[in-house]
Amino acid sequence: MLKINDLHARVEDKDILKGINLEVNAGEVHAIMGPNGSGKSTLASVIAGKEEFEVTQGSVVLDGEDLEDEAPEDRAHKGIFLSFQYPVEIPGVSVTNFMKTAINESRKARGLEEMPAKEMLKLIREKSEMLEIDRKFLSRSLNEGFSGGEKKRNEIFQMAMLEPRLAILDETDSGLDIDALRIVANGVNKLKSKDNAVVVITHYQRLLEYIVPDFVHVLHNGKIVKSGGKELALELEEKGYDWIKNEAVV
Amino acid sequence: MAYTEEELKKELETKEYEYGFYTDIESETFPVGLNEDIVVAISKKKEEPEWMTQWRLEAYRVWKEMEEPEWANVQYSKPDFQAISYYSAPNSKPKYDSLDEVDPELLDTFKRLGISLDEQKKLAGVAVDIVMDSVSVATTFKKTLAEKGIIFCSISEAIKEHPELVKKYIGSIVPQKDNFYAALNSAVFSDGSFCYIPKGVRCPMELSTYFRINQAGTGQFERTLVIADEGSYVSYLEGCTAPSRDENQLHAAVVELIALDDAEIKYSTVQNWFPGGKDGVGGVFNFVTKRGLCEKNAKISWTQVETGSAVTWKYPSCVLKGDNSIGEFYSIAVTNNYQQADTGTKMIHLGKNTRSTIISKGISAGKSQNSYRGLVQVNSRAKNARNFSQCDSLLMGNDCGAHTFPYIEVKNKTAQIEHEATTSKIGEDQIFYCNQRGIDTEKAIALIVNGFSKEVLNKLPMEFAVEAQKLLEISLEGSVG
Repeated sequence: MLKINDLHARVEDKDILKGINLEVNAGEVHAIMGPNGSGKSTLASVIAGKEEFEVTQGSVVLDGEDLEDEAPEDRAHKGIFLSFQYPVEIPGVSVTNFMKTAINESRKARGLEEMPAKEMLKLIREKSEMLEIDRKFLSRSLNEGFSGGEKKRNEIFQMAMLEPRLAILDETDSGLDIDALRIVANGVNKLKSKDNAVVVITHYQRLLEYIVPDFVHVLHNGKIVKSGGKELALELEEKGYDWIKNEAVV
Repeated sequence: MAYTEEELKKELETKEYEYGFYTDIESETFPVGLNEDIVVAISKKKEEPEWMTQWRLEAYRVWKEMEEPEWANVQYSKPDFQAISYYSAPNSKPKYDSLDEVDPELLDTFKRLGISLDEQKKLAGVAVDIVMDSVSVATTFKKTLAEKGIIFCSISEAIKEHPELVKKYIGSIVPQKDNFYAALNSAVFSDGSFCYIPKGVRCPMELSTYFRINQAGTGQFERTLVIADEGSYVSYLEGCTAPSRDENQLHAAVVELIALDDAEIKYSTVQNWFPGGKDGVGGVFNFVTKRGLCEKNAKISWTQVETGSAVTWKYPSCVLKGDNSIGEFYSIAVTNNYQQADTGTKMIHLGKNTRSTIISKGISAGKSQNSYRGLVQVNSRAKNARNFSQCDSLLMGNDCGAHTFPYIEVKNKTAQIEHEATTSKIGEDQIFYCNQRGIDTEKAIALIVNGFSKEVLNKLPMEFAVEAQKLLEISLEGSVG
């Protein structure tokens, strides 16, 4: 599904990604771990098409199609979803209204009619129940005054609504207490299928107890320096990132 | 590829003013210049009684001695008032009984504006008194209104048919000598609307008027007078668009509202005069005086969406004379390119327990300057007066400006005044967040701006709210930097 080939990217003349290779197939869950500043969030942003990052070499290919010239919204229409580490506030725009706009824009791009209001309401009810979201929450302004946990849960709610092919969860576990973490992880697990894929970016192993990865990759200094199965996450937890750093030097 | 700043700028620049066209209708236009003879000629042309002619002349004499004000936070080359023609009327007279009789070209103009009379008639009970270049060319729904004793006609007609009402109230809230532009308007106003709601009557429909400037080089001087008698209610809608022209066009309207005891007036405006080109050439000068008087328990609510004009100078105000009266001001002002707006309100608390609310939303883009200027004045007799003001500014890009000038004068210790202000900027992060959810940049801006403006948009009557939202989107398309 997703193929990243020798990807190099920079922001303001600073090289951040220095040759990433990664292949994600449908039905798989990949975890990308690594110390702060290793390039995890940059990788997520580059896949999503954020302008401020300049791809200097390599490619991001989705279903055989190079995404280089695709705008972020086009990538979204093709099924890429990014759960933000720091979701932004949009005052005066309710969660419901935002989702309605997002869904209908994606439908428009696919040549479909707008989703009928009744269907939309049904979908909202279904997904909010799944994530144990109070419906009052949905009429609040997007992320305005939300707690850290509410913001993250709202991201996963949006993911549930949009049903992406490739979901990238950028530090979704940060700022979540254990109950919220469980709810969010359950939501992600329910959304998993053989047709979609999930890339979990995280600093800690904690989230991976709930969302069990098929593959774990360790990112260091803009490169994937080690890949393995889920046991790699445990090893990392035990030995710390210094182990990887030292190994990389050797 | 997503938008780069350069591409966005280019797109914005190539965005033509949507309503920029010119209707070729024969008109009768006065020679340029202003003197007592012209004032008398306008009055004659309109077959006005002697008292009205004298009233205009008084105004002219005051105006002659006045100076154009310079305190506003706007810069422009002052109009040459002797180079303007002060009267222009469409030739197709008299008024029509049905649409069939109306000049097809005029009808076409309205169609291009998306306001065909047919549609208007079908709209939920909207009576339309259209002002095309100063003279009302069609009035509908008059009959329904007449049955309730409501008078809704052009001010010229009112001067002839209801002189006692006009004589009593015209200039009572905005006197001739009030300010430079009000004096000019008083001397030369060509037409406008008049509305009277009798005691205890609730006007069954939204009253609306579309104003347009059409003739090259003619200023438009509208005069509106709305009187809500005791215990009555009326909602009045005013919206306007103008064709694009190179030279600056002057618009100096005066609106007076009188809400007698227990009456309520809701006055909504969507203003979309030609804002000038992307290089700052042309555009309408909009120097407007709007003021309302509230008697006991009365309420006046001003709602405005200002997207047009090169220069706007406008402060719809409330004089809260009666005890327990209420004044409200809800405003969205959008400036783009080289537009300048200095707008706000004055809430003058005279009576006891008077309350006022001010919600102002300023949106600046391009190289524009957007100022809120507001006065809250509590006089010594105004016990327990309360005011709440909120002024929010939204900036798009780095070349525009937002300014807030709140003036508060309180002479009674029991007053409660609250003022809140915020300034924010549409950020790339907000845009990217929307993009990532599949919403393109233009739609994202529209979404963010509508969210920002929601509190005010909600105050507009339904059909206006939709139009206003569209206008906001058109005015700001591609303007994030």
